[in-house]
Amino acid sequence: MSHIVTDNCHLCRFTDCVAVCPVECFHADDERTYIDPDVCIDCGACIPACPVRAIYDIIDMPDEQRRWIAINAERSHALPVVYAKQDPLPTAAARRAELGY
Amino acid sequence: MSVEGAAPMIHVAIVGAGPSGFYAAEALLRSGLPVKVDMIERLPTPFGLVRSGVAPDHPKLKEAILVYDRIARTPGFNFFGNVSVGRDVSISDLRAIYHAAVFACGAETDRRLGIPGEDLPCSHTATEFVGWFNGHPDYRDRTFDLSQEAVAIVGQGNVAADVCRILAKSVDELRTTDIAEHALDALARSKVREIHIIGRRGPLQAKFTTKELRELREIAGCATLVDPAELTLNAASEVELADRNNLNGPGNLKLFRAFASQKAAFGQRTILFRFHLSPVALVGEGYVEKMILTRNLLEGPPFAQVARPTDEAIELPCGLVFRSIGYRGVPIPGLPFKESRGTVPHVAGRVLDGTATLPGLYVTGWLKRGPTGIIGTNRADSVETVASLLADLPKACGREKQGAEALRPLLEGRGVRVLNYHNWLMIDSAEIDRGKPKGKPREKFTRIYEMLAVSPDRGDDARRIL
Repeated sequence: MSHIVTDNCHLCRFTDCVAVCPVECFHADDERTYIDPDVCIDCGACIPACPVRAIYDIIDMPDEQRRWIAINAERSHALPVVYAKQDPLPTAAARRAELGY
Repeated sequence: MSVEGAAPMIHVAIVGAGPSGFYAAEALLRSGLPVKVDMIERLPTPFGLVRSGVAPDHPKLKEAILVYDRIARTPGFNFFGNVSVGRDVSISDLRAIYHAAVFACGAETDRRLGIPGEDLPCSHTATEFVGWFNGHPDYRDRTFDLSQEAVAIVGQGNVAADVCRILAKSVDELRTTDIAEHALDALARSKVREIHIIGRRGPLQAKFTTKELRELREIAGCATLVDPAELTLNAASEVELADRNNLNGPGNLKLFRAFASQKAAFGQRTILFRFHLSPVALVGEGYVEKMILTRNLLEGPPFAQVARPTDEAIELPCGLVFRSIGYRGVPIPGLPFKESRGTVPHVAGRVLDGTATLPGLYVTGWLKRGPTGIIGTNRADSVETVASLLADLPKACGREKQGAEALRPLLEGRGVRVLNYHNWLMIDSAEIDRGKPKGKPREKFTRIYEMLAVSPDRGDDARRIL
């Protein structure tokens, strides 16, 4: 079981999720974040924290986002942990408005 | 002690060993500054509500402890267990010994309903029930009349869901968790058959996360029921339902709608969700026999609807009541306190007395923001408080402080038996060993004297910094 970062993180990378994760399960590259499913304890704190609702509990995932399950597992294992909230990407504000949040 | 030319050591005390305390310690130890953190906890055991609040059947959430263990083993961190601020050391002692003190004491009591009969025998709080089944020493000797068939839980948040689940699950399901033995024994004799979970507003305003509500549906041998008449939404609720920022409302409503078409099979335990009802009295001769409630109407704009009582009263016969309407902070002698909220007044984590911030005193976690959020919410909260503390340091560090070098002799002189982190690891190890023959992850000690007995002072070893 895990929580999964999906489409909406792309072009945003807010990292508000990192600020509330009790177990530091977030990894990131320059574009977006990924949750390590081996570390995530399913507390759900990240879901309301994300300004663009990019994170789902694996049980609640819409079908069209399910490909992110494998991507989060793979990428999180290849990338470093993010320890603290960082500045979002320059494109974040526009992307957020475009998504309607 | 500072070395000529080197940056002086910063000494910080953190009062309380729960999540917010640990995240504050982590933020300090990661600051890059030379800092020593002393965590002072009144129990011999650390980890706050992760140990004694998270339900026994939620073991995954307890894995947060792995992070706290890592923090505790960081050089510069020291644990002072079995030390009570107030009884063993005062706030003025802390101000003399440390550059700053961060209060992370949580919310140890509960909100009251404020109704007649609230203190009748068999009227309890979720706080005590949860503490009791989780083996917290303060609640070891509470008793709950589980021979009662009808139970009422007032409140519709995740803590109410925890109380409900422990009452509704079979003992076999609980047997392999870290639930306290005395609770398992009592629950094995439970005659509880129907559990009413009562909310003053409607189904869309219930505070459960959908995940927790779904868990109630999954309990074997138990039916979750709702009266379909309760599911009609007013206009404001329709707006709430349609809002894409409404995280749990839609999912919850979907579940409640499914519950409305369920029927209990013969012999099943039942969980009945009741809405638009507020208790106004508990009645009985010597113990609770029934609850009187008024029916409510919802009034107000979306996301700010309030329950307005009508003249309609109903009676609910029940023999056991749990109020689960929120934890509440306990005032700390020497610190200002906001009665209305049960919190310490602050600005960005700096303790406020009226309009002035008190130098060197900080607050984090539930004591700061009230009993809201979940485990991880405390991380961002503590980061904010520590940022304020670090910003204030240049003013605070003029004077050299002694930290643990002064605290230890002070406590020893007062005859306080301090348990360090190594002592906790001995308790931890003993609990795990006791659990093994029972197939449990651990069998918790529920008495302070038991914890002290398995972690004897080893003289100099006991002072070893991990």
